[in-house]
Amino acid sequence: MKEFLNINNLSVSVDEKNIINNLNLKINQGEIHAIMGPNGSGKSTLSNVLAGKDGYSITNGNISFCEENLLEFSPDERANKGIFLAFQYPVEIPGVTNINFIKTALESKREFNGLDPLKPGDFLKLIKEKAKVLGIPEDRLKRQLNVGFSGGEKKRNEALQLMMLNPSLAILDETDSGLDVDAFKIVADAVNSTRSKENSMLIITHYQRLLERICPDFVHVFVNGSIIESGGPSLADEIEKNGYERFNNG
Amino acid sequence: MSGNQEKLTEKDFKDPYEYGFETEIDSDFAPKGLNEEIVKFISNKKNEPKWLLEWRLSAYRKWLTMEEPNWASVRYPAIDYQDSYYYAAPKEAEKIESLDDVDPKLLETYNKLGIPLKEQEWLAGVAVDAVFDSVSVGTTFKEKLKEDGVIFCSFSEAVNEYPDLVKKYLGTVIPTTDNYFATLNSAVFSDGSFVYIPPGVKCPMELSTYFRINAAGTGQFERTLVIADKDSYVSYLEGCTAPMRDEHQLHAAVVELVALEGAEIKYSTVQNWYPGDEEGKGGVYNFVTKRGDCRGDNSKISWTQVETGSAITWKYPSCILKGDNSSGEFYSIAVSNNYQQVDSGTKMIHLGKNTSSRIISKGISTGNSSNTYRGLVSIHPKSNNSRNFTQCDSLLLTDNCSANTIPYIQSKNIDSIVEHEATSSKISEDQLFYCQQRGLDEEEAVSLIVNGFCKDVLQKLPMEFAVEAQKLLSVSLEGSVG
Ligand SMILES: Nc1ncnc2c1ncn2[C@@H]1O[C@H](COP(=O)(O)OP(=O)(O)OP(=O)(O)O)[C@@H](O)[C@H]1O
Ligand SMILES: [Mg+2]
Repeated sequence: MKEFLNINNLSVSVDEKNIINNLNLKINQGEIHAIMGPNGSGKSTLSNVLAGKDGYSITNGNISFCEENLLEFSPDERANKGIFLAFQYPVEIPGVTNINFIKTALESKREFNGLDPLKPGDFLKLIKEKAKVLGIPEDRLKRQLNVGFSGGEKKRNEALQLMMLNPSLAILDETDSGLDVDAFKIVADAVNSTRSKENSMLIITHYQRLLERICPDFVHVFVNGSIIESGGPSLADEIEKNGYERFNNG
Repeated sequence: MSGNQEKLTEKDFKDPYEYGFETEIDSDFAPKGLNEEIVKFISNKKNEPKWLLEWRLSAYRKWLTMEEPNWASVRYPAIDYQDSYYYAAPKEAEKIESLDDVDPKLLETYNKLGIPLKEQEWLAGVAVDAVFDSVSVGTTFKEKLKEDGVIFCSFSEAVNEYPDLVKKYLGTVIPTTDNYFATLNSAVFSDGSFVYIPPGVKCPMELSTYFRINAAGTGQFERTLVIADKDSYVSYLEGCTAPMRDEHQLHAAVVELVALEGAEIKYSTVQNWYPGDEEGKGGVYNFVTKRGDCRGDNSKISWTQVETGSAITWKYPSCILKGDNSSGEFYSIAVSNNYQQVDSGTKMIHLGKNTSSRIISKGISTGNSSNTYRGLVSIHPKSNNSRNFTQCDSLLLTDNCSANTIPYIQSKNIDSIVEHEATSSKISEDQLFYCQQRGLDEEEAVSLIVNGFCKDVLQKLPMEFAVEAQKLLSVSLEGSVG
């Protein structure tokens, strides 16, 4: 089985403060991993570090992606190599239409991989189809990216980009938070439909009900910047019932 | 960026100024310096009628009594007006019947600039009056325009062929005494464009002119006059590039627009003069006076500009809203990089009743540049029921640049409403990261965000210009975030 992500003894600090401590995690092609952990434990920090955001210092360890040193690549190179981050807090970009943004993103990725841009008609067909699956009305595609989108609309839009870009490693940072009951089901099922032997996922969530629908291969408990226990879906059930108390006490 | 990934350096992006070449064409110079003899030389060269020579001379005499303005937020060493040439023409430019008669070198220059006249004629359907140095060398589509009675020609030609129109309107919007640079222009203007749209005619195509400074050390003193007669419409495009050189060049153009009753003029500019190098050496001084007169009731004048070039820009395209129900618009994008200085804005003078004006200004500064919006909205006592809306947004890309907004509001009529909004923001790390996470490199991300920021103004440009302007924005900002 092909190794996608390998995080090895990773420690990360921000402004001298340690946030990730000796983290180890391996994700192979085709696997779905879930991370659950209390607020402030460093989950989004991990996502950002994987995606290459500025401002974090890697104090120890290394990360490889498809057996290359991930830390050598710029954020856009990482993205084009197949790492996608669905943001916990998607950013607004005034004046840039949603559809144009997604088209630009898809074109960069295709160009990086030596593919011609999709014909406008094919692109339009594809995005309309995905938007429909996610219950996103077409007029929202023409709006400015995330500007004035409700919390749930933003999350659905992240899912849309995920489906359009079809990444080899998708990191979902609480994509399920902020969705209403119906949206939750729609988005979870849509995400589930992108599942394949080719691609893998790292799903960060606070809710066992998401994992019920997606059924990950592994569940990791993330406390104080490292994984302190790993297991199957039943671990999520336990957290749902008892919280993180047992893990906090070590 | 995290890890030990290599930082992109400015060198990776910076092209030498794309249009920095000079063509070798003998120029026909007037001797250096400025005096009455030079003014006569210019007028004589152009076979001008006596009245125009007198007009120039009176401007020259006025200019001698004036002081160079110093109120703008721009700094530059004193200009030695005696150390410049005031007339230069490509030799081949006399009496040109068709493009075939044009010096092939000139055509080659246009090709380098990406404006092959022939192609442009057919592909874009745009009539091009290309100004090379100071004299027009080729005017196309003239015949087609003639059918509708539209006059589009070089200013010199208009002086000879349509003297009554020129005499009637020249200097009626911007008098020879208006300001130091406009007065200088009135004395020594070389050439430019003339447009007249007859009553009721909607000009069938966008009219466009490309300006270009070429002969070394030649000041550019363009003179443009656009007249839209009753119920007519015209859209005029002006774009320019300039070759690289070390010494500063003065460019003091004058543009006058007259809109009669029910007429509409849309005037769009993409300005890309040489901005100087990264150290702030060289570049064009762009001291331009542009003003439109909504002379008739229900008339409309709209200025749209994308300013990315010049070392110093001093420019306030304005509207005088004389006619009742007339309206004026000013849409502007001004980019400043490296050591560029921009002091630009508009004046909306409301004189008639029910007049309205709208100002949208987008300033983008980066490097060590300074970018000032300066605008006047003046509502006169008899201008009942008039309104203005102004929105000025500044975007800063670096810590060393500056942006200022200086609005002057004079409202002397209590029925009228003046609204002003201003914002200033830095490009956000989160926005950049979001775009990069979707595969755009840093340059592309900046360009996307800036284009989004400017969208309201870009939308006002004619299609073909909008594409060019977007490209220009990206090029102007290359290597500007680090
Ligand atoms: N730039 C920063 N400066 C200072 N502290 C930071 C910074 N970024 C993150 N932190 C801190 O690091 C810790 C981890 O934050 P992070 O956002 O990774 O948590 P999380 O696990 O995603 O939490 P949540 O479940 O609430 O989303 C928090 O205490 C946070 O305040
Ligand atoms: Mg988080």
